[in-house]
Amino acid sequence: MPAPAPRTLFDKIWESHVVERLPDSTCLLYIDRHLVHEVTSPQAFEGLTLAHRRVRRPDATIAVADHNIPTSDRRHGITEADSRLQVETLEKNVVDFGVPYIPILDDRQGIVHIIGPELGISLPGTTIVCGDSHTSTHGAVGALAFGIGTSEVEHVLATQTLLQRPAANMRIEVNGRLPPGCTAKDIILAIIGRIGTAGGTGHVIEYAGDTIRSLDMAGRMTVCNMSIEAGARAGLIAPDETTFAYVANRPYAPKGEALDHALAYWRTLPSDPGAAFERTVTIDATELAPMVTWGTNPEAVVPVTGLVPDPSAEPDPVRRTTFQRMLEYMDLKPGTKITDIPIDIVFIGSCTNSRIEDLREAARISRGRKVAAGVRALVVPGSGLIKKQAEAEGLDRVFKDAGFEWREAGCSMCLGMNPDKVPPGKRSASTSNRNFEGRQGPGARTHLLSPAMAAAAAIAGHFTDVREFS
Amino acid sequence: MEKFTRLTAIAAALPIPNVDTDKIIPARFLKTIKRTGLGVHLFDPLRYRTDGTENPDFVLNREPWRKAAILIADDNFGCGSSREHAPWSLMDFGIRSVIAPSFGDIFYNNSLKNGLLPIRLPREICERLMADAAMGGNARVTVDLERQVIIRPSGEEIHFDIDPFRKHLLLEGLDDIGQTMALAPAIDGFEERRSREWSWLPATTVT
Repeated sequence: MPAPAPRTLFDKIWESHVVERLPDSTCLLYIDRHLVHEVTSPQAFEGLTLAHRRVRRPDATIAVADHNIPTSDRRHGITEADSRLQVETLEKNVVDFGVPYIPILDDRQGIVHIIGPELGISLPGTTIVCGDSHTSTHGAVGALAFGIGTSEVEHVLATQTLLQRPAANMRIEVNGRLPPGCTAKDIILAIIGRIGTAGGTGHVIEYAGDTIRSLDMAGRMTVCNMSIEAGARAGLIAPDETTFAYVANRPYAPKGEALDHALAYWRTLPSDPGAAFERTVTIDATELAPMVTWGTNPEAVVPVTGLVPDPSAEPDPVRRTTFQRMLEYMDLKPGTKITDIPIDIVFIGSCTNSRIEDLREAARISRGRKVAAGVRALVVPGSGLIKKQAEAEGLDRVFKDAGFEWREAGCSMCLGMNPDKVPPGKRSASTSNRNFEGRQGPGARTHLLSPAMAAAAAIAGHFTDVREFS
Repeated sequence: MEKFTRLTAIAAALPIPNVDTDKIIPARFLKTIKRTGLGVHLFDPLRYRTDGTENPDFVLNREPWRKAAILIADDNFGCGSSREHAPWSLMDFGIRSVIAPSFGDIFYNNSLKNGLLPIRLPREICERLMADAAMGGNARVTVDLERQVIIRPSGEEIHFDIDPFRKHLLLEGLDDIGQTMALAPAIDGFEERRSREWSWLPATTVT
């Protein structure tokens, strides 16, 4: 009998979840974990109600409100009527359908992609979906995790499965020691700059190489989080001892003998030697620098030492027009040094960069310093638990003393759906994941960067190279 | 789901690459608990000026393209978020088919589940269709899903590919859940086997 063909991590998770193979390579795929939030679920629950359907597996589902809740004191409720209605609708639906829910005033509340791993809900080898494209974050624990639309949310609620065709395998290997001042955020921005916003379309990206291995779980989550910004629905990192140490002892993770069984299985998950990838990209980490985006998609990125590019130097006419439009929207002139661009707002938060490790980095830069005059700077922890941890470490004092706002957990200024918005025409240095036109509010101008770079920008009042920041 | 069979309509060209879902419908319009009524917000940043009035230069604000039901778009249309509000707003406006060289994966899937037909065609063909679209009301384009062809105003037929399973669902107006419910015994069996083999996996109701 021939030896079984070597398989990728993606292949293994996929194959272990196929319920039924349908024509045209479509599979009915079993879903282990369904994370639900207030924005993309109301129409799905309504669909269930209209069809007299129930939630098949409430015990594989968990709900939390994060997108449009305010990050100010929430004890007196939500003042924005439409946001309140969405949250109240979720709160009614979880009762009607028996779905576990983490209430807004619970310490465990937070951004869905932060709390999944934090609580041990996101586990290696599992399939995880959520009506949100940044579900790719959970791939950092070695889970196949991807964003779905509301019709699919309804489908999972009703059947605990999805109709999917397998993605192609792509491997991005990052090797070499990360230079000082560079973080996981700089790795993923550099990757997107290299392969483009559609570079991973149709693929699941497995991140590998010694640089990825050396990242802590927070860094791995940052990398996987932005897979969708490269067009890939999912990012994956093979589970290893770093993963297992992170997962063990989390409230929803298996314990004792169950954990031993789980570990034995999880150790079989990494891609086999010789497994085939349709595409491989290699990145030399030693050549990286702290990155800042200048345009209106994450591909438009340069090192902080760089210049705003000149569209007239761009040979491709479509790209030339795109760049011109980006510069017009961003109100930037070609050839401007990135470090000469002044900023109005700094946002440290989002499912990309709001973990305790991110806050420690930002606090390290901010300690004993002051936010520049005229700059509004916010720090928004990813969950209530992260907020408490940061307060126990005194990070809140560091931020407040420096002039940052210290806020409650939520999606906040990442997406302009709650009271935290960038005003029209204002320029933001943001640790979030999307710099699309209007993403942080109509007319907002967003530059993406790491937490340390964002903190340094807050203090300098313009972008500045964190490596030279003193 | 609304059926999609054959559509003859005015086509509008949107020659902008990487039209992300925040451009199709910004997040501030997602605070709804309904699927309907989103057409007014479609392409808000392109369609309206900052004072809220229509941008007269935007194609869907001009005659005859206000009545367009086919959109010819550029690379990576619908990249970005998973919001199904994007296809909902297109449908509510009256767009039933989007033709582009490439799409964001989640947008592509979401469209198919709403009776909005996304068609991938090579860039040079999209450019020819954009030229057809520019001719306006005298130039109707036909999308025939049964035969998998687009018929240009000149009568030229262009073949397109679509997953046969998706084609079947679109032609019949069937939604996925009904299809999957018929496979309930297989799901039951899978779960039973799984609860034995994966007994380590806790429920989300544990704490």
